[in-house]
Amino acid sequence: MSPVMPALPAIAVERLVKIYKHIPAVDGVSFSIAPGTITGLLGGNGAGKTTTIAMIMGLTAPTSGRAVVWGAEMPRDRYRVLHRMNFESPYVEMPMRLTIRQNLTVFGMLYGVPDLAGRIAELGETLDLTDLLDRPTGKLSAGQKTRASLAKSLINSPDLLLLDEPTASLDPDTADWVRDRLERYCRDHHATVLLASHNMAEVERLCERVIIMKRGRIEDDDAPTRLLARYGRRTLEEVFLDVARGRDEMREAAQ
Amino acid sequence: MSAYLESNLAFSPRRVAAMMLRYWYLLRSSWPRLLDLMYWPLVQMITWGFIQYYVMENAGFFARAGGTFIGALLLWDILFRGQLGFSIAFLEEMWARNIGNLMMSPLRPAEFIAALMAMSIVRLAIGAVPVSLLAIAFFGFNLYGFGLALVAFFFNLILTSWAIGIFVSGLVLRNGLGAENFAWSIMFVFMPLACVYYPVTTLPVWLQPAAWLLPPTYVFEGMRALLIQNTFRPDLMLDALALNVVLFAGGVFGFLKLLQSARRHGALIQTGE
Repeated sequence: MSPVMPALPAIAVERLVKIYKHIPAVDGVSFSIAPGTITGLLGGNGAGKTTTIAMIMGLTAPTSGRAVVWGAEMPRDRYRVLHRMNFESPYVEMPMRLTIRQNLTVFGMLYGVPDLAGRIAELGETLDLTDLLDRPTGKLSAGQKTRASLAKSLINSPDLLLLDEPTASLDPDTADWVRDRLERYCRDHHATVLLASHNMAEVERLCERVIIMKRGRIEDDDAPTRLLARYGRRTLEEVFLDVARGRDEMREAAQ
Repeated sequence: MSAYLESNLAFSPRRVAAMMLRYWYLLRSSWPRLLDLMYWPLVQMITWGFIQYYVMENAGFFARAGGTFIGALLLWDILFRGQLGFSIAFLEEMWARNIGNLMMSPLRPAEFIAALMAMSIVRLAIGAVPVSLLAIAFFGFNLYGFGLALVAFFFNLILTSWAIGIFVSGLVLRNGLGAENFAWSIMFVFMPLACVYYPVTTLPVWLQPAAWLLPPTYVFEGMRALLIQNTFRPDLMLDALALNVVLFAGGVFGFLKLLQSARRHGALIQTGE
């Protein structure tokens, strides 16, 4: 019988540092993410979430340390794994004059998606976009745009999905709908997700693990239920506020 | 070849086609963009055509030099519009905040550049071909009468325009849309030295070596030799080609270095001003 090999982490981040003009945006962050899991990256504005994700995607080069995706060091070896990844971020948009179908066709070709027309139709159905496929992306409402961006991020059926504020600026109903589709995709495809969000309810619902960042460092890293128990709080929002306002440090000092 | 080099140098015509399709969708969806490709070359051609009429009627030398102004103008347009077509296709990605999507996709820089080069030819064809046909109708100037020489002129000019376009795209990628003006104006820096409308000997002697460092100078001199002396100068075209190879390699090298720097400075995710 062959020995059981430990599964290669989907993401392995080791002592990751990013310094912009002497200011550390990310300051010695380390974590690894197992395949098929949904992990939340929490933190206030400027905590370093987007920079961390950008380094994992290979869009930003680390000052020091390593970000490794499926064994490929980013950004050096990015072309070995980019076809298995995708992302959605408020910092990028799809060309507005192109229709959703045209955008998905272009990205589908870039990712080498087989039976592209079929895949677009399937995504149209899953994300309730069928009637909108031939509408220019710039003429969509915020909720429709988010669904179109989600379709783009799922076009290649990625094994690893990086999401930066996927439900920002959506009404609660649409946000809940998007979360539901994400949850379903991950379950059906055994996909790995790293999700940066300010929405605590979202993180609590979707994530089996939460990494909390503050000033470029990891402040805490655990399952939501264990975080709640440890901080003696009822919601992740309260835990987040404790971390953001430094109450955890005060409590540790008192103990 | 190492796996690293192999994955970085892999070239997919499918991905190039995907990018061309993206720009074609954009052109098709926007009539102002299409119109913009044509109206300025047309206005310039008409203006210079009338100037040429005037000097031909009044000066013996220029009478012999028939077509040099319109010829120079149409060739200059290949150079200018070629670079602009390349740069604008690239700027469309910046304006659309789509660079992050592309850089995160399996699209290689070489494929991106190849798509931009191909689109610059498509844009040039949309703008220059109708105008060159109108030059025949309005002023009896047939650019295609250059024959094979036109192929040599075109190839050299488009190579220069791509080299400059590639470098300017790198500048915009690294510095954001604040560097956009380079895309519109950089070619005009070359205009006086490239001796578009006058021979190199018009320049002060000390400036002439600088003019001969620019590949387009050889093309415009070659065009005048063809129109005035009825002589095609392959030596000038070969010199231009040699300089173009250096310039193109420099442009690609500069683009890759600026892309690397953009990655270091986090400029690929924040592509504003």
